[in-house]
Amino acid sequence: MADTQRPTSPHLQIYRWQVQMVSSILHRATGIALAVGSVVVICGLLQLAAGEDSFNRFKSIIGSPVGMLLLIGWSWALFYHLCNGIRHLIQDAGAGYAIPQFVRSSWLSVAGSIVLTVLVWTYVLMAGGAA
Amino acid sequence: MSAKDIAIKDQRNPLKVARGLGSSQSGVSHWWTQRVTAAALVLLGVWFVVFVLCMLHADYAAAHAAVAKPWNALLLIAFVLTMFWHAVLGLQVVVEDYVHTRWKEVVLLVAIKFLAVLGALASVLAVLRIALTP
Repeated sequence: MADTQRPTSPHLQIYRWQVQMVSSILHRATGIALAVGSVVVICGLLQLAAGEDSFNRFKSIIGSPVGMLLLIGWSWALFYHLCNGIRHLIQDAGAGYAIPQFVRSSWLSVAGSIVLTVLVWTYVLMAGGAA
Repeated sequence: MSAKDIAIKDQRNPLKVARGLGSSQSGVSHWWTQRVTAAALVLLGVWFVVFVLCMLHADYAAAHAAVAKPWNALLLIAFVLTMFWHAVLGLQVVVEDYVHTRWKEVVLLVAIKFLAVLGALASVLAVLRIALTP
């Protein structure tokens, strides 16, 4: 139960979906996903420090189908948060606030993240798969 | 509180009492730190992705040697510390926006900080152990 009894504003289902909204929600969602994904980075470093057996176990887990699927998801989240983060930094500097620019840069973040993800995984598959 | 204390308090200019409350002084530091860590993570994040891609087929010895290289160890530690710092700032805003019960909000905010510090320390110790073991 919320402490405050403020009147609530119309929620998401009221609005027609538009890309500016999606890019903003995705930025938060990918941020949370990446914070969770940091566990993989910690584990990788700890297993590498722990020795050869631990590291090989870690490699086989992240190289498994489920592991790869999660890594694809996390890599997209990283690239989206990176692209949209750069977009936000530019906006924080005061540029790109006109509505057409704002919409265009939203699409640019979404498209850029997908292109980067595809490029990276194409490289991984061409190099013969991860791990 | 005695009548004397109240009398003394009342002597103060109301502005003096109000000044320093709220986020007017320190609020901008959260915003600013989030942007500075973001700018650092643009560089460190790209480096990290390239670093990981270069280690695709590395076995234990190669991965160990790669992380142990001074520049790589340095940048890895910088990446991990900046990442957790940025994550704490970002998750803090999310919790403040969506968790409306005060005790749950405070518990979550503190828990996030505890976990981030543990994660950062564990990662740094791991990198140092790798870098300093021959």
